[in-house]
Amino acid sequence: MKTEQLVEALVADRAAGRRPISMALAAALALGGAVSLVLFLVDLGVRADIGPALATWRFDLKIAMVLVAFSLAFALCLDCARPDPSGPPMRRLLPLAALAILAVVVELAIVPGTSWGARLVGSNSLICLSAIPLLSIAPLAAVLAILKRGAPASPALAGAAAGLLAATSGATLYAFHCFDDSPLFVVTWYSLAAIPVIAAGALVGRRLLRW
Amino acid sequence: MADLDDLSALMRSARRGDDEAYRRLLVAVAAWLRGVVRRGLVSAGRGAADCEDIVQETLLAVHLKRDTWDETRPIAPWLRAIARHKLADHLRRRGFTDHVDIDDHADSLELAVQADAASSLESRQILASLPERQRRIVQEISLEGRGAADVARSLGMSEGAVRVTLHRALKALAVFYRQDRR
Repeated sequence: MKTEQLVEALVADRAAGRRPISMALAAALALGGAVSLVLFLVDLGVRADIGPALATWRFDLKIAMVLVAFSLAFALCLDCARPDPSGPPMRRLLPLAALAILAVVVELAIVPGTSWGARLVGSNSLICLSAIPLLSIAPLAAVLAILKRGAPASPALAGAAAGLLAATSGATLYAFHCFDDSPLFVVTWYSLAAIPVIAAGALVGRRLLRW
Repeated sequence: MADLDDLSALMRSARRGDDEAYRRLLVAVAAWLRGVVRRGLVSAGRGAADCEDIVQETLLAVHLKRDTWDETRPIAPWLRAIARHKLADHLRRRGFTDHVDIDDHADSLELAVQADAASSLESRQILASLPERQRRIVQEISLEGRGAADVARSLGMSEGAVRVTLHRALKALAVFYRQDRR
């Protein structure tokens, strides 16, 4: 086949108009998130004291942190799906790092040193470490399926970004179950829980997202 | 057409449904790629024998991944990134791990190179690896230059089914290019 002949085949294939990858990614997250939501409701459920919790700044800050993480990971994922990302993709996460550091500093400043340990360890750390990865499985599969349409500069990095996005969606659900609201707990254990999901995404992505 | 970035307008028109703009874009990109790939192969110490295959593989990637170009940005960095990725991928499969840099090559389309008259042997073998129906549709549209509607009539298929089959065939070709040349 000559190249001019290939061009004719490509022109004939042009008609298929597809929706932008950002919309497809949002739809996939809704689908994967719905599966995780069912898992969440069956397995964990919303904490009993959700009403009073909503009125505390620590709970609100926790929800704000996971939502910021989620939206930054979404942008990171789209960046990593491109062959020519504008600037280092990781810079997208700087606001999250700043927010996490600020939250930890404020907590350390207003809470007496004697209760730092208790707040850090909390009472749900093991549940957190298993629930967030579990709630991330369906979103990770959905996100990776959409990223296959992309042309990532680095397939492993794109897979890791998919893992982070899946972990933040799992964490968003989990945050409504867990009653450890201290930033010390959230920053430590939520981050640790995301690591296996990010690693799984990078490992699968390295092969799956090659193009 | 002096510069790669002038192709942005063609790609935008193509996205709005202008077939002729898309054809002109692909022909210009293929000619530019030929120069870039040939120089890349030579500077890596390889002969230019695989050049046309890499051009075709890269052109397929430009087509299949065209959604990843952001219209608000110039198209040249996007095209260079795809060309660099495909060339590096090719050299890696052949045991070269050196960093491939095509950025120092000019973007001028005046350096574009015409294809050799001979069609590539490997691409013909790759076409033969497609399932019967996919191969027939690709051949009738590309080699005989017939439209999808025309092919649909002669095969007793709907035009939509021909387009779906064509798209599957192109995706399969992209996979064959990547996997079959170890």
